[in-house]
Amino acid sequence: MSGILVAMQGAVAQGILWGVMVLGVYITYRLLDIADLTVDGSFALGGCVCATLIINHGGNPIAALFAALAAGMLAGAVTGVLHTVLEIPAILAGILTQISLWSVNLRIMSGKSNLPLLKLETLISGVSGSLNVTQAQASMIVGIIIAALLVMVLYWFFGTELGSALRATGYNEDMIRALGVNTKNMKLLGLMLSNGLVSLSGALVCQHQKYADINMGRGAIVIGLAAIVIGEVLMGRLTNFACKLSSVVIGSAVYFLIRAIVLQLGLKTNDMNLFTAVFVALALSIPVLMGKWRARQAYSETGEEDV
Amino acid sequence: MLTITNVRKTFNKGTVNEKKALCGISLHLCPGDFVTVIGGNGAGKSTMLNMIAGVYPIDSGKIEIDGVNISREPEHKRAKYIGRVFQDPMRGTAAGMEIQENLALALRRGQKRGLSWGIKPNEKDFYREALTRLDLGLQTRMTSKVGLLSGGQRQALTLLMATLEKPKLLLLDEHTAALDPKTARKVLELTDEIIRERELTALMVTHNMKDAIQYGNRLIMMHEGRIIYDVAGEEKKKLQVEDLLKKFEEASGEEFANDRMMLAK
Repeated sequence: MSGILVAMQGAVAQGILWGVMVLGVYITYRLLDIADLTVDGSFALGGCVCATLIINHGGNPIAALFAALAAGMLAGAVTGVLHTVLEIPAILAGILTQISLWSVNLRIMSGKSNLPLLKLETLISGVSGSLNVTQAQASMIVGIIIAALLVMVLYWFFGTELGSALRATGYNEDMIRALGVNTKNMKLLGLMLSNGLVSLSGALVCQHQKYADINMGRGAIVIGLAAIVIGEVLMGRLTNFACKLSSVVIGSAVYFLIRAIVLQLGLKTNDMNLFTAVFVALALSIPVLMGKWRARQAYSETGEEDV
Repeated sequence: MLTITNVRKTFNKGTVNEKKALCGISLHLCPGDFVTVIGGNGAGKSTMLNMIAGVYPIDSGKIEIDGVNISREPEHKRAKYIGRVFQDPMRGTAAGMEIQENLALALRRGQKRGLSWGIKPNEKDFYREALTRLDLGLQTRMTSKVGLLSGGQRQALTLLMATLEKPKLLLLDEHTAALDPKTARKVLELTDEIIRERELTALMVTHNMKDAIQYGNRLIMMHEGRIIYDVAGEEKKKLQVEDLLKKFEEASGEEFANDRMMLAK
């Protein structure tokens, strides 16, 4: 029994670290209304940059996080330029960057597809050592502190003039352009912020699992969408923006918890992607189908008298 | 104020779909002019407004506001001078944002947006006052999402937003066409009131000839990308719908067969 509890603890810790990525996905998917597929590549980018800096350059684990953040923003800028300046549709622009990042990531890791950190010091092992807690607990502490900080920073940013203009770009591009905002710059900024967070999350997960892998970002966008949907189901009635941002991280923790449970129940790891995809497809389609079903039920041939 | 000199625009040049939208338009507006624009479908009314606003680049000619040549400025830079209300009530406001957030975005039209707070506390009284003057009860719903408002309320709000920070030029592109007659009347009266009170310079496209005669101090009629009739002052006040119809036949040399304009008599 305690084995399961430990596994659950690990899952929640992992979920919170991935939650930083989901915050990034939230910016593009929910605020800018762009499905940005760069994410799969920029998540791995963060891991690769972080592992390479720590292993080959003796980098400080915290400095490695900032380096990953910057690298992710650069990746977001590439997608942003492809989309806004060259007017390639957002989905395709994201795919192009994602594909190219696969090669870039391999170059960063000097051609190796996997870089283990082994006994090297990370932020998480440092916290675990100095507070005398398990790795999973340390991950959770680090994750909660960073996620809380980011929620605060994002809450502040999206309340500023610039942040409001970015949100308005997602809601109504025509309107905010007529009010004097360069919507291309807003999209570029949003994509940079988003991929910066995604890459930071990749670096955190790398430090948590003690290795970086060229494939670690595969399916990240789908996990992000699943976490956003779970967060909205759990806390959808809260309209405060800080609550919405928090719900995204909580959704991610719950997603990884569900994942750990279904794996415990005997689902094969290899089937996990199929499970997640089906889950997201259902979560996105059920509200639509329910609406249609209700509209059909509400129909009556004679109608009711208005009272 | 606004000076347009020989502006031309052809869409899909060199293809079978070539459409000459503006064929050398020249127009000068004095400060305080409230000009109504009429004409059949495809006459170039909306295209003219879109060219002024910078939605598409012009092929040739010059557009100036207060002597500043804005012909090649992008749309978002021209916003500094121009307030706009669109035909579609959904286009002028952000449905997912609060009424006060929309107003705060509008107050900063054309200004640099930085990292200071999006709505300053002292602005809220100003918004409440401005909303009270709309007389739609919106002043008590400042934190409601705009998506909850009706089309008429949203259009009135867009009008308020376009004029919150006084624009050098106000562009109204059939902004009452999507509303029911009663609401359209109310929004139109509000428009007239705001333009008079704030002494704005405005261009208003309409399909309703009566409105075109009743409102504003000057009227222009367009046909096939040209301004075919331009009347102001006393002469405009004496205009009848019949005169406009006759004028149209005269200038264009064809029967006036536009259903929408006939019905709008």
